[in-house]
Amino acid sequence: MEPTSRGRSGEGEGRAAGDRSTLTLNINGTDHTLTLDHRTTVLDTLRLHLGLTGAKKGCDHGQCGACTVLVDGRRANSCLLLAVAQDGARITTVEGLAADDRLHPLQEAFLERDALQCGYCTPGQICSGIGVLGEAQDGFPSHATAPTAPVTGPVALDAAEIRERMSGNLCRCGAYPRIVEAIGDVAS
Amino acid sequence: MTGVARYAAERNLPGCLYAWPVPATVPRGRVAAIRTADALALPGVHAVLTHENAPRTREPDDPILAVLQNDRVPHRGWQVALVVADTLEGARAGAEALDITYETAAHDAVLTADHDGLYTPETANGGYPAVRERGDVDRAFAAAPVQVDATYTIGPLHNHPMEPHATTALWSQDGRLTLYDSSQGATKVRDSLATVFGLRPDQVTVVSQHVGGGFGSKGTPRPQAVLAAMAALHTGRPVELAMPRRHMAAVVGHRAPTVQRVRLGASSDGTLTSVAHEISTHTSTVKEFVEQAAVPARVMYGSAHSRTVHRVAALDVPSPSWMRAPGEAPGMYALESAMDELASALGLDPVELRLRNDPAAEPDSGKPFSSRNLAACLRDGAARFGWNDRDPRPAVRREGPLLLGTGVAAATYPVYAAASHASAHAAPDGSYRIAVNATDIGTGARTVLAQIAAHVLETPVENVTVDIGDSDLPDAPLAGGSSGTASWGWSVHKAATALVERLGESSGPLPAAGVTVTADTTDETAEESPHARHAFGAHFAEVAVDSRTGEVRVRRMLGVFAAGHILNSRTGRSQFIGGMTMGLGMALTESSSLDPVFGDFTESDLASYHVPACADVTGLEAYWIDEDDPHLNPMGSKGIGEIGIVGAAAALGNAFHHATGVRLRTLPLAPDRVLSALR
Amino acid sequence: MKPFAYLRAASVAEAVRESAARPGARFLGGGTNLVDLMKLGVESPGLLIDVSRLPLDRVTDTADGGLRIGATVRNSDLAAHPAVRTRYPALSQALLAGASGQLRNTATTGGNLLQRTRCPYFQDTSKPCNKREPGSGCPAREGAHRDLAVIGHSTECVATHPSDMAVALAALDAVVLLYGPDGERTVAVTEFHRLPGDDPSADTVIRPDEMITEVVLPPLPEGTVSLYRKARDRASFAFALASVAAVLRVREGRIEHAALAFGGLAHRPWRARTAEEALRGAPAGDAVYLSAVDAELAAARPLRDNAFKVTLARHLAVDALAALTTRA
Repeated sequence: MEPTSRGRSGEGEGRAAGDRSTLTLNINGTDHTLTLDHRTTVLDTLRLHLGLTGAKKGCDHGQCGACTVLVDGRRANSCLLLAVAQDGARITTVEGLAADDRLHPLQEAFLERDALQCGYCTPGQICSGIGVLGEAQDGFPSHATAPTAPVTGPVALDAAEIRERMSGNLCRCGAYPRIVEAIGDVAS
Repeated sequence: MTGVARYAAERNLPGCLYAWPVPATVPRGRVAAIRTADALALPGVHAVLTHENAPRTREPDDPILAVLQNDRVPHRGWQVALVVADTLEGARAGAEALDITYETAAHDAVLTADHDGLYTPETANGGYPAVRERGDVDRAFAAAPVQVDATYTIGPLHNHPMEPHATTALWSQDGRLTLYDSSQGATKVRDSLATVFGLRPDQVTVVSQHVGGGFGSKGTPRPQAVLAAMAALHTGRPVELAMPRRHMAAVVGHRAPTVQRVRLGASSDGTLTSVAHEISTHTSTVKEFVEQAAVPARVMYGSAHSRTVHRVAALDVPSPSWMRAPGEAPGMYALESAMDELASALGLDPVELRLRNDPAAEPDSGKPFSSRNLAACLRDGAARFGWNDRDPRPAVRREGPLLLGTGVAAATYPVYAAASHASAHAAPDGSYRIAVNATDIGTGARTVLAQIAAHVLETPVENVTVDIGDSDLPDAPLAGGSSGTASWGWSVHKAATALVERLGESSGPLPAAGVTVTADTTDETAEESPHARHAFGAHFAEVAVDSRTGEVRVRRMLGVFAAGHILNSRTGRSQFIGGMTMGLGMALTESSSLDPVFGDFTESDLASYHVPACADVTGLEAYWIDEDDPHLNPMGSKGIGEIGIVGAAAALGNAFHHATGVRLRTLPLAPDRVLSALR
Repeated sequence: MKPFAYLRAASVAEAVRESAARPGARFLGGGTNLVDLMKLGVESPGLLIDVSRLPLDRVTDTADGGLRIGATVRNSDLAAHPAVRTRYPALSQALLAGASGQLRNTATTGGNLLQRTRCPYFQDTSKPCNKREPGSGCPAREGAHRDLAVIGHSTECVATHPSDMAVALAALDAVVLLYGPDGERTVAVTEFHRLPGDDPSADTVIRPDEMITEVVLPPLPEGTVSLYRKARDRASFAFALASVAAVLRVREGRIEHAALAFGGLAHRPWRARTAEEALRGAPAGDAVYLSAVDAELAAARPLRDNAFKVTLARHLAVDALAALTTRA
């Protein structure tokens, strides 16, 4: 549970002249070295510079979760991350979840449960769900965790836990019940 | 699922430029001057389009599409410029660098029940007469031994599909326009844009392959489609325009606020003798849109005397438009809340009250219903929900600080179908291909159309490929009015049937090119039906009201719907649940307001406009009664996309009353209202 | 958003030095609020000094039994820390009641304290706002203020501070460590955020070029219990309409120590000193709690549309104290 150092392979002297920098992001296992405007977010880097449009732009302000990706294994809103500040980060997007043409178990569960309608929030839901599974395993509590629960060890993901933990991912179609079921399937 | 589906702003076309729209910052007036020099001096900025230099367009079918054509600012947020740059960051910075001065005029953005500007329009949305009157409602109401006279208020609401409105536009050398547009109907967008740019429809292609929700707000083209096309024309490059979320409320439509007065008169056995539903709403000065909230009262309950009236005021506000079940959603909130009040006044179970007033024929038209299973929905839902053991007394169930209650409300939604074209192709390898310009906005249209075709063709569904979402495919109506599956499916059914016949006429192997037939349902869908055709449903809900914080949370919601033959139970259930979820938002969390001083919506982002989050949605169940109705279409289906929201808010409001004993007549049931009411 | 330069600081001293050398610089932590505000045009720094990778990401015990929290510790890590969960549950609960899992993974302790108001006029650069543009006016007083302040506001500003975490820190008597061109200093969290007065442009007492390096929680005597309660417009992922952090120690039926802080009511986490004064030494019980809380909230001056917050705050505080009493 001790926070780990945020030190990264790409860490180096940080002075950047002007308003652009060259940086390296490891996206889905591949290093990409890019020269980017400092204003460019990780989300726009993925979508506009790398053609990885799986992460979605729903609000661009961290209010909907459609842009959720995993950064060094933890879920984050990529719309609020400046790419320059993520130099050296390991980023996993929905495109990088399947391994050897086999879908990630949570992708399978979403299909099995039909846990999507328009599909626009889905990549963020799936990345967020994977983050939730990891966080629960690592003992991170949520607002739904009883204050009397043990402070170490994995948290069991019941429906109330999943609903609370997934509340950063809005779905306007109302696919929530099935999203919760899909994550529950993989958790158990 | 794997991120490969490409939405409208995800085409990554070579040489693509990015556009950022600039909303007006005054509530009414005109643009006096726009200084563009600073913006144009920024690196990467290619163009700034304003009313002074934007391409002149023809008069559009919808006035909201007449953007950058003059200096008029009809409401705050109306787009007055568009900055085009080679990066998104550059376009946004260019927009910030514009120096715009305005001449402002006095404005009025706030609807009141007695607003001076209220007038009676000829028709409301959907073409319904604004006023219908039967018998002598005033006299009947005055004479009724039991009366309810209540006024219900709902503020503006926003569709907020997760994918913001977006268009990528490009022009070819020979003057053809291609749009990748997030829309609910590419044929409609093609026709509108062709009109705007003075082109023939065959010179425009609109692709809407994957659409991240719409809920009505993408039913017809929105300004970003015109702006993107203008910018592409002006720059000679492809242009991508994805609407910033905060800009959306002002330009993509909203559910108009309504103030609804309902008067119900009943005899002491609960038989309704008079129903009056009178609504006031707003529209913009750009166009007249009248939320047809009094229309469901013409359908729901029998009574000898009835008056249904719409009045509207044209204010200096953004143009309202369709939002999931326009008319029915707000109208049934009021009517079904009033029915609950009537049940209380009568001391009658609210399910029983509805059963006693279930008419054999549509009250307004006198036409027999093609099918009406409201009673069955109520009975089935009551049994599933455990309604029959309910203690009717309000405010007697406590769990610590929580007050618990249950409520019921009915739902209805009309059956629509529009003319559609489709083609069906048989290939020599035994596979089939269906083409129809349908749109899948999350409804599962591809799946259900394949199913309809496979059924007719007597082939496994895997054997049928369905092409949709492209205006070069056979023309089809938009996904709206819960009519998509009926309209498209009808033409697919007809094409597939014709293909079966054609294949039956010849023996031997198919020609190498296969066999293709086309179908057009213009005649069938134009036929006047002797029947009144509507879907019905019943919602049951349980809420927990925190008497200390005023927070209202759903314990469970259960809907039973009678909507013809349900073609696909998986996607059908998702449609019902999705509608109910939006109804939950309407009742409890979603709130928007027009700022009287600034003339815009205060809640313009997803942090302040609270669509339900995952944690809000607990215990939702949807069931249906499969109807065998021969008066609909070859599939026997009614629409299912909207009825789930209709009545949901009333059921929750009625449950709130049962929990607390307090009747709140303004939505949403948020802590401020609840705490004030419970004091 | 205007172009800006970017610098990843190698040390606190360098960060502060560079900031002092470049007016208009901002420190970048998680960026969840700063990047948001830059997109809105509310903030337009010429230089971002990235402090997120400074070695300030530890939570350690202090010699006296308190807790030292680095400024770049992420909200989710802080909420999950066993020492926080066991010794300062109000802080863990406050963090978990805020934002979303994604945002908590990114947001830092220092950044959370420096969050800016969610007032709709502050966020919209096309409208007046005394906080954003001193002297331009405050439309919220007569306009949309249902979510805004009921206490401690001024004619110039009725904004509220949006943080949940800061409310718990205020009740727990946490101290903020600041490092600036003049060296290090400490400020109590309760003194860190300002009331708007006639200069709402400053949210806090932080000086130019100063950065938050740590937050220190003092030890709590044996038998002290705490919790955080929040009311909001939806079940999760919404800012507080009102919230309360309560800390209580009861011995033999008498209140030995009580600390209360409200969120969502004021320009800063509202430490309820008047209520605490009334509680100290009094017998634990609902009547005492109600009169103490009412004494505090007597100073409330709700606006046209937000009087409900006073009722809400009263209920939250009384119920929080009552709940703690059963545990104490």
